[in-house]
Amino acid sequence: MTDFLGVPIPVLLGQLLLGLINGSFYALLSLGLAIIFGMLNVINFAHGAFYMLGGFVAWYLLSKMGLGYWWTLFAAPLLVGLAGVIIEKTLLKRLYRMDHLYSLLLTFGIALMLEGLFRHIFGAAGKPYPVPALLTGGINLGFMFLPVYRAWVIAVSLAICILTWLAIERTKLGGYLRAATENPALVQAFGINVPLMLTLTYAFCVGLAGFAGALAAPLYQVSPGMGSSIIIVVFAVVVIGGMGSIGGAIVTALALGVIEGLTKTFYPAASSIAVFVVMVLVILIRPSGLFSREA
Amino acid sequence: MNGTTLSATSAAANSTRTLGLTLLVAVAAVMLLAPFAVYPLFLIKILCFVLFAAAFNLVLGYAGLLSFGHAAFFGGGAYIAAHAAKVWNLPFELAILSGTAFATLIGFIFGAIAIRRHGIYFAMITLALAQMIYFLAVQMPFTGGEDGIQAVPRGYLLGMIDLRNITAMYYTVLGGTVIGLIIIWRAVNSPFGHTLSAIRENETRVTSLGLKPDRYKLIAFTLSAALSGFAGSMKALAFQLASLVDVTWHMSGEVILMTLLGGMGTLIGPIVGATVVVGLEHFLSTSGLPITFIIGLFFVICVMMFRRGVFGELKNLLERRQR
Repeated sequence: MTDFLGVPIPVLLGQLLLGLINGSFYALLSLGLAIIFGMLNVINFAHGAFYMLGGFVAWYLLSKMGLGYWWTLFAAPLLVGLAGVIIEKTLLKRLYRMDHLYSLLLTFGIALMLEGLFRHIFGAAGKPYPVPALLTGGINLGFMFLPVYRAWVIAVSLAICILTWLAIERTKLGGYLRAATENPALVQAFGINVPLMLTLTYAFCVGLAGFAGALAAPLYQVSPGMGSSIIIVVFAVVVIGGMGSIGGAIVTALALGVIEGLTKTFYPAASSIAVFVVMVLVILIRPSGLFSREA
Repeated sequence: MNGTTLSATSAAANSTRTLGLTLLVAVAAVMLLAPFAVYPLFLIKILCFVLFAAAFNLVLGYAGLLSFGHAAFFGGGAYIAAHAAKVWNLPFELAILSGTAFATLIGFIFGAIAIRRHGIYFAMITLALAQMIYFLAVQMPFTGGEDGIQAVPRGYLLGMIDLRNITAMYYTVLGGTVIGLIIIWRAVNSPFGHTLSAIRENETRVTSLGLKPDRYKLIAFTLSAALSGFAGSMKALAFQLASLVDVTWHMSGEVILMTLLGGMGTLIGPIVGATVVVGLEHFLSTSGLPITFIIGLFFVICVMMFRRGVFGELKNLLERRQR
């Protein structure tokens, strides 16, 4: 059997793989969004812009400064995280006591600024980014051809998601984080520097977005619009999963990537709205989201 | 409250009312004479965005719902009105009505879905729903993809007045905008409007009084969508163009900025905000500066420094003086 519902199996598996890759990026981003929301009570609209920033930093370091792929993959999240520290310290911090609305609008403004600036400097066209020599080529699995870089993207994103999840659910530091989410004043009273923890949390999650951007660069090219197109899908993912659970965010993100990939195979015209349709269905059936703890 | 303070407040209210009335007459005179001094098409653009921002404010300022998807109603209305005028050959009024009806319909559906969640989630859901409309506008054959619907005929007002005359078009849009603003003013100053503000302040208490907040929110959202679609339809016919620009999430963001900049929850604020933002963009479009960047910068400045907006801060200052 080489066909499934009229679609050749290799094509189907190829789309599934693409779906999993998209899902990995959704996972890296929605994980960060969920943690930031849990800790800082902020919806970080600029998350997509930081993803774009990560891609651009990697591209700049690689093609203008001559750094190798591995260095850029290491430097991009650090530099993006640093940008996150500056934004948290100077702007975001002042809005914690106010309505969620203002921090959403602030980060929206930051997203517009970043996108506008990069479009102005680099133009709207995508910048090509070569796959490192070590990860070129592919493996023939018999039933399909697996490009090494794609396998690497899925593996490394999954590993990072699981490590982050473990760090938050199973370590002492994660325990402080969770406690500070529940009652910041009490945790502060125990002698833990909560403001510093908030800054580092923001920097870490934004750094994750930057890492995703650098990781995505060889697959999708780097362009100023890459952040805004992904962030809206990630918002839908977050609505579907509910932001109460980090594990839930990861699972939802991967599942939606796969659903998107399958839609692309069977009904290509609907692939761009598939995630949104799922979102509407979930809101109608279970308004609080699939993994949410709230009623 | 004793007699002296009462008369002082009523005197203050009286003087505010006289001031308001004088201002209204002055604005009316300026708007009637404006097309002789300023390029009418630019004024039409301002008017359409004034109505759009005022309609949006109904949801954000009065009901306290942050919609991130109002571009769907504005741009969606524009597409349907343009299609109705160009392909169905409907007269001007019916084309506008079709666009408005479409916006009302999707406004009702989006509202009914999004109201099931609160706060931040509401914003994200409206954004995602509006993005669906954007993708449909990109893909569906009748919208013309990247080109949009071009060369839309303006037609005749009431079958008599030729709207190819730009001055006639201006006065028609002015009339439409004023009607829209009066509807908003009536809605806000009615028991309905007061209930909306009460829901924004304390939803639980409103529920405990035996009212159904969701129903009020849905009506407000639908009305806001309808008027946004009305504004978009007028813009499409006046500019003879419906394009993707009007359905992007940037447009949803821009209308938020107009409302925020002018002062949300006030009637005048969105009018001021829309005028400033459209004027700014007009000025920037020839300057070579990155518009998106500057719009973003305005957002950041507004949120960090004056959250009440230009008009809100002004009103606050006046009220403090009178005290």
